[in-house]
Amino acid sequence: MADVIEVGAARDGAPPPAVRTRRRRATERGNRTTPYLFLAPYLILFGVFGLAPILFGLWISLHQWDLQLPNRPFIGLDNYRDLFSSESAIYGDWWSSVRATGIFTLFSVPLLVVIPLGLALLLNRSFPGRTFFRAAFFAPYVLGVAVIGLLWRFLLDANLGLVNRLLGLVGLPSDTPWVTDVPWAWVSLVGVTVWWTCGFNAVIYLAGLQDIPAELYEAAKVDGAGGWDRFRHVTIPGLRPVMLFVFTTTILASANVFGQAFLITQGAPGEQTRTVVWRIVDEGLRDYDAGRAAAMSVFFALMLAVVSIVNFRLFRYRED
Amino acid sequence: MSKVRPVLRYAVLLLITAVFVTPLVWMLLTSVKTYDAAQQVPPSWLPNPFSTYGYDQILNNTANPVLRWFLNSMLAATLHTLLVLVTASMAAYALARMRFRGRGVLFALIVGTLFLPPTSLIIPNFIIAEKLSWIDTLTVVVVPGAASAFGVFFLRQFFLSIPAELEEAAVLDGANQWQIFRQVLLPLSKPALATLAVLSFLTNWNDFLWPVYVLFSPERLTLPAGLGLLQGAYVTDYPVIMAGAMLASVPVLILFVFAQRHVIQGVSRSGLKG
Repeated sequence: MADVIEVGAARDGAPPPAVRTRRRRATERGNRTTPYLFLAPYLILFGVFGLAPILFGLWISLHQWDLQLPNRPFIGLDNYRDLFSSESAIYGDWWSSVRATGIFTLFSVPLLVVIPLGLALLLNRSFPGRTFFRAAFFAPYVLGVAVIGLLWRFLLDANLGLVNRLLGLVGLPSDTPWVTDVPWAWVSLVGVTVWWTCGFNAVIYLAGLQDIPAELYEAAKVDGAGGWDRFRHVTIPGLRPVMLFVFTTTILASANVFGQAFLITQGAPGEQTRTVVWRIVDEGLRDYDAGRAAAMSVFFALMLAVVSIVNFRLFRYRED
Repeated sequence: MSKVRPVLRYAVLLLITAVFVTPLVWMLLTSVKTYDAAQQVPPSWLPNPFSTYGYDQILNNTANPVLRWFLNSMLAATLHTLLVLVTASMAAYALARMRFRGRGVLFALIVGTLFLPPTSLIIPNFIIAEKLSWIDTLTVVVVPGAASAFGVFFLRQFFLSIPAELEEAAVLDGANQWQIFRQVLLPLSKPALATLAVLSFLTNWNDFLWPVYVLFSPERLTLPAGLGLLQGAYVTDYPVIMAGAMLASVPVLILFVFAQRHVIQGVSRSGLKG
């Protein structure tokens, strides 16, 4: 590989390949450890908190690992079997959390793919004030989930909340239990998340829109394509890689939902809005059953990996 | 016709802006209301009377030392950001500019973890932190998250875009790798470093799940982790809770206003070249 580049370079009048190669080799031999010295600080961090936890998590999941007990016997795949056996104590809670996360993801992802695209199209042309609007739409995203959780818990409060009061002012029902009953709790969680994060996706779409060559639109216009045709045949195909990114990251983010449910609905009604991530940390860090929690984590990560792979495949097939 | 469309566009944009901004304005307005005014039906928009009640409550509350949480968060986010910048830039330099055994495998491993949901590592990470006796310390909110695969990937892409001729000239002048890194590459990478700094600070400042489970002494909490306690203590006393939320929002909103271009570009760039 290196040789090819150097031959090419020589043709453009650079020093002859032999000379170059010798000098490279000399510096490389002198500094063989240098790259590793540069990498060392990061690799220590990455090894301890990135790679080790992957292997360690798999190891833990094969044991009956109570954080409070010294004895951690190997039990093979029992923790995984418990996730699927309706006789186990965690079966009901676990699948209820999978269901909760599934409902949330199913409803939030389409909205977070479509609404930001609309916002990006509105902001795509340059006009006075564009930067202001872009910043306004993005602003909620820079706030943490703790802040948006507390804020919306207040806004959605059935009695004191601004949402019900404004609805009352315009003559709509003003006693909707936004955070304590279904389906309202789902509307709240999805709605707040869309409000919170759609500026993020809009910015990514905007960057993608600006990479579509203007000539394509002009050519389409010359061919007599109307606005809708240009959107379908120029904008959408041009955004394909960006859409794949938005889809994948949004699914991952939505499946990891925790803070909104923890703070806004607090799992209510009953345990119906208690999500997978919440279930995992509760199982491991509150009930101290790290083995089961690790098995849940592995299963969860595998599920998301499958979704991502299917996603990539779908986008690739459509390209053919 | 051509004059109607811009008007329509602005009307739509202003309406959407109202949806995005009103909740934030409501948070600010509530934080300077009295307890009674916050409960009023129908709601009064402007705080009348203007009151520092919410802020007085949180700043003088010894059971929930909010100011301490604020300082903890500030210190943690700053140290975390420095750690990310130093480790990621050095690693990215080696990966972008040096040839060595194992480079391809290493880079693939680092990029591979970008696709792993970070929450799936939370149990083993907790046990590792516990073995290191880091639970309930500042270290546990600074260090583990600093193994930033995104940071390495992002900076490597940026370093690759800097022409190699600049370094070759420095080599001829007798500079060693460290000098090239410090004196040639880093100064040229200020925009990328600033972007990563802002994104790292935001992420750490806003982190919620991890601090909630690894910190418990009231004086050690970060602000987001403490806000939950505040909500428990002042169940429906919204001026107090909104004052706490304001305290957690103002630093990142200020950072966002000043670094807006960096944040937004960083987000869009990480999306497209990802």
